[in-house]
Amino acid sequence: MSSHAKETAPSLYGLMAEFATPTELVVAARRTREAGFRKFDAFSPYPMHELDEAMDLHDNRVAKFTFIGGLCGCVGGFSLASWCAAVAYPLNIGGRPLISVPMFIPVTFECTILLAGLTAAISMLVMNGLPSPYHPVFNVDPFAGASRSKFFLCIESADPKFDRHATENFLAGLNPSEIAEVAP
Amino acid sequence: MAQPVELPDTIYVGPVIDESHSIASVSDKVGNIVLKRKITLGWTFGLFIALGLLQGVAAGSVWLFMKGVGVWGINIPNGWGFAIINFVWWIGIGHAGTLISAVLLLLNQSWRNAINRFAEAMTLFAVMCAGMFPVLHTGRPWLAYWMLPFPNTMSLWPQFRSPLLWDVFAVSTYLTISAVFWFVGLLPDLATLRDTSTKRYQQVIYGMLSMGWRGSARHWQRYEKASLLLAGLATPLVVSVHTVVSFDFAVSIIPGWHTTIFPPYFVAGAIYSGFAMVLTLMIPVRKFYGLDDIITMRHLNNMAKVTLATGLVVAYGYIMEAFFGYFSADKYERYMIWNRMFGAYAPFYWALIFCNIITPQFLWSKKIRTSPGILWIISIIVNIGMWLERFVIVITSLHRDFLPSSWGIYAPTVWDWAVYVGTIGLFMTLIFLFVRVLPMITIFELRMILPSAEVHEKKGVVTR
Repeated sequence: MSSHAKETAPSLYGLMAEFATPTELVVAARRTREAGFRKFDAFSPYPMHELDEAMDLHDNRVAKFTFIGGLCGCVGGFSLASWCAAVAYPLNIGGRPLISVPMFIPVTFECTILLAGLTAAISMLVMNGLPSPYHPVFNVDPFAGASRSKFFLCIESADPKFDRHATENFLAGLNPSEIAEVAP
Repeated sequence: MAQPVELPDTIYVGPVIDESHSIASVSDKVGNIVLKRKITLGWTFGLFIALGLLQGVAAGSVWLFMKGVGVWGINIPNGWGFAIINFVWWIGIGHAGTLISAVLLLLNQSWRNAINRFAEAMTLFAVMCAGMFPVLHTGRPWLAYWMLPFPNTMSLWPQFRSPLLWDVFAVSTYLTISAVFWFVGLLPDLATLRDTSTKRYQQVIYGMLSMGWRGSARHWQRYEKASLLLAGLATPLVVSVHTVVSFDFAVSIIPGWHTTIFPPYFVAGAIYSGFAMVLTLMIPVRKFYGLDDIITMRHLNNMAKVTLATGLVVAYGYIMEAFFGYFSADKYERYMIWNRMFGAYAPFYWALIFCNIITPQFLWSKKIRTSPGILWIISIIVNIGMWLERFVIVITSLHRDFLPSSWGIYAPTVWDWAVYVGTIGLFMTLIFLFVRVLPMITIFELRMILPSAEVHEKKGVVTR
């Protein structure tokens, strides 16, 4: 980030509320979304499908990229086998076809799985913005519990509806055990 | 988690996780094995033995590289000896890990959550052991990269119609995808270790490995999708890998190998030996690390049932092999089966029948399925049986094929044994290191099966 951006960066990344149970987090996330906030995130130590529904998360791009990756592997694997067997190193074995489709299926299949699997993992990481060793939420000390047993909701100051005091009051109404400021 | 259906006492063997556990307690219990537990004398002693065995592969390889494959017991007609037997055995062991992590995930079996990490680690280590054998068997392992298609000054390209090349693609894909699946599964748990550790070096190492995972709901949503896709891809992959391994045999015209039953029969055998190996490893680990509240009787019972079921499929395979030999009306096939049962290697065949067909029948009894000690012994016998199966398949077919003038006896040398025992040492070493540096149980998936992890909410209202 340039020094200019640093000067104008807000002094607050957002406000974070801590919840004791998964149910409270889902309720809070749903109310936050219904209140019109969009730039907010929930944090939990395990995946919760109820949270996807409450926050209206349905990003399906990983599946699409995986399909494209698999397709490339499929075409690439078959082309590699065909090119080697018919162009680069043709062997005439009793006049049989150089492109022997059934014999190329295993390699085609393995290449499909290989590229699809790698695409699934890499596209998940890239779209999640990982690796990202630093993130403002780590500035909140109790947040270390998010990977163990605690549940958090963070509304970002970048949200157009964000207001330092009104948002804090809103969060306080969600029955959190703690509210903290998140330094950028 | 509560039993969804009331089961009678004859079937129900307890919950999938001890009910006293909470989200925090499972995290600490599994994490502390890595972060807090002192290095014990038992672990040091075990690692010492494993490293001792590992020297077999070192000594065996050095001697092999100096002298060539002649130091092994292979000859003509037995061109394939221990190297292929051990390769197939190890690959098969690996398959249970993928089955547990991928197939049982797709089938929504919550009991897999406590054992999948360990089983996947076992897969990786077994495939590493397996991969060494074909490379050593080439005789000139420094040229092993010739198996890969790449532009070279000799203008040579590999033969894509050969099952041996399919093996290269299948096994390397399998290793890569297993490693990726394993690492993706580790990410959230590495973050847990990063956040709960109090030592700086641990925080730095686990911090780097966890890639800054923070448990965001937006991340979890894509993460779950990617996990499901990887599971869906790994499932046909695991079937394809052992199918390709069986093609090494079935595509040839050697009596006893040239059969269509080989792919399914090999896949079933792989799962069978793999589950036996999971039992062999999990029963001591569960005892030494006091994990019987997480790896419960339910797990042992279920794994024993899968072992029994796949054992029966394997038994069907043996019966069909004998039947094919008879029904083919081919004198070579008939002779091969007769020779297998009553020839020079008959004791191996009958030992294999004892280990793989008779022994698992004890698993019909619930009492035996829930006795860890007996189950452990049965699992060892099955492991031995599956090794014997590969020995019998490879050697009885090769040592007497079509022409009596080309018959010969195969006997392994001390160098065959050295490399084989060495890979067992390598496998054990990796397991010993794994249980101390990484969480051996998938913590975040354990949290998911706890009653306290359930959400009771509908349209923004708490329902309970």
